[in-house]
Amino acid sequence: MNIQEYQGVFVFIEQLDGKILGVGYELIGKGRELAKARDTQVTAVVLGHNVGALSKKLAQYGADRVVLVDDPALEIYMTEPYAKALSEVVQAYKPEIVLYGATAIGRDLAPRVSARVHTGLTADCTGLEIGEDGNMLMTRPAFGGNIMATILCQNHRPQMATVRPGVMQRISAVEGADCPVEECKVPNLADSVNVEILDIIKKVGERLDIMDAKVLVSGGRGMGCAENFAMLEELADALGGTVSSSRAAVDSGWQPKDRQVGQTGKTVRPNLYIACGISGAIQHLAGMEESDLIIAINKDESAPIFETADFGVVGDACKIVPLFTEAVKRVQMMKSNA
Amino acid sequence: MNIIVCIKQVPDTTEVRLDPVTGTLIRQGVPSIINPDDKAGLEAALRLKDQYGAHVTVLTMGPPQADIALREALAMGADEAVLITDRAFGGADTWATSSTLASAIQKFDYDLIITGRQAIDGDTAQVGPQIAEHLGIVNISYAEELELEGGTIKVKRQYEDRSHSIRAKLPCLITALSELNEPRYMTPGGIFDACREGEIKLLSRADLQIDDENIGLKGSPTRVYRSFTKAVKGKGSVVTLNAQESADWLVEKLQEKFIL
Repeated sequence: MNIQEYQGVFVFIEQLDGKILGVGYELIGKGRELAKARDTQVTAVVLGHNVGALSKKLAQYGADRVVLVDDPALEIYMTEPYAKALSEVVQAYKPEIVLYGATAIGRDLAPRVSARVHTGLTADCTGLEIGEDGNMLMTRPAFGGNIMATILCQNHRPQMATVRPGVMQRISAVEGADCPVEECKVPNLADSVNVEILDIIKKVGERLDIMDAKVLVSGGRGMGCAENFAMLEELADALGGTVSSSRAAVDSGWQPKDRQVGQTGKTVRPNLYIACGISGAIQHLAGMEESDLIIAINKDESAPIFETADFGVVGDACKIVPLFTEAVKRVQMMKSNA
Repeated sequence: MNIIVCIKQVPDTTEVRLDPVTGTLIRQGVPSIINPDDKAGLEAALRLKDQYGAHVTVLTMGPPQADIALREALAMGADEAVLITDRAFGGADTWATSSTLASAIQKFDYDLIITGRQAIDGDTAQVGPQIAEHLGIVNISYAEELELEGGTIKVKRQYEDRSHSIRAKLPCLITALSELNEPRYMTPGGIFDACREGEIKLLSRADLQIDDENIGLKGSPTRVYRSFTKAVKGKGSVVTLNAQESADWLVEKLQEKFIL
């Protein structure tokens, strides 16, 4: 393998029903930094059917070029047609770096491509930078978030990484930005379809995605029961936020999985995170420690959450939260009357 | 019907603590367990065996003491256990691990391969799909339900905001989520049988038809450059007051930070 032949930063853009997932923009943002350090460009790769119109938005968020594989076989995600299309893009363009979102699609597609093109893949990275020798330093949590490891892929190309949604920062969209779009034809993609999709069941989520919330009121085992989450809902409503939870609360069946913050849940970085009855296992901290302001309420004064919290109160969340909500409402009332 | 289940013995990472002085991992006293997603995969295989009849082979790569995980799998009801162990396989990343496992799997007949989605010590979710790629078979990741229909398998495949009901022809590789089921306990008779000598088949470097370029540290495209513990951010202020005072104190802080 002649490593010098491989140039440019490629970002796999995940789209669902013709809509780009936010992590795609975040990776373009990060990709620009990496590309600058390598004196090269960022290419966004879009796979799908009738998705050409997405190119404009990718340019606005910083893509220097879009490579498009538009094919009916790519309309709905299936592992093999996507793996074949992306592997052919990699073999044709020879990028030095390929980034994917660490999503249910990215974490299926990327390993399949890495095995096919015979290169390394680093999962769920939280930090990416270019080292002095020009290789990409890929940093990720290991041992359930207990330690961080920096990984290198020196002798194979492309260097590939998946990155969790919510970790990297997108740039502000530049109105009117444009970039060249190249269509890459992959012949006989339809022949690679090797599974049959019988049904698509969409989950109906009426509540705000916790990754988009500016304020999160999060409950853990210390809330005691599912019913006590109602008081967290009230506090969240008063603060214009939504409710999230620790793994313990999800495992107890008090909250659905899509509310879970942490290593095996979602990474969040709201302006305000209020941890109620959450002890702060390292797996939980990994998902929320980047929040701007952290408040913790917990009975146990030795709970690790207090090490991360900006403001901590030792006490029973079930007693304090309702009073907290009332106090918040009182201040809001005073302000609106002022 | 032959089912191969790949399992990994992992430290129970929820029990891992950091030494507050040195900042290093305290591994002593941390129990080793069958990785939870893998155990759900094993349970899924055993349920298919109960329902349709199948020969279930569990397979792991690891040090000699990983045989404990295999014996637990036998005691749960697996028919055969294989330990792939050799110093030559050490230091493998997911690429080399998956190529080694794929090479071992080729020594057996299989209709269905089940792996866990990811292991709790590495959290990569890569080895399952990579094994399938090395074997050139279909993989369906993130299975939350599965059933057999003739020579096909029907899988409910989880995504963030939806799931797909997918049908694939066998042979096929499935990666299992812990949500798939509640694994059964070992039976006393099973434990007794599993503890007998010679119950575990050993495979070493010499038993596999695979190039040195594709195994162990040498066969790994990625390498750990360094590892470190995260810098702990400075501790904030913590107070112990009565409930009303606590609520008022928090509101005061939110006002100071201009959130209210």
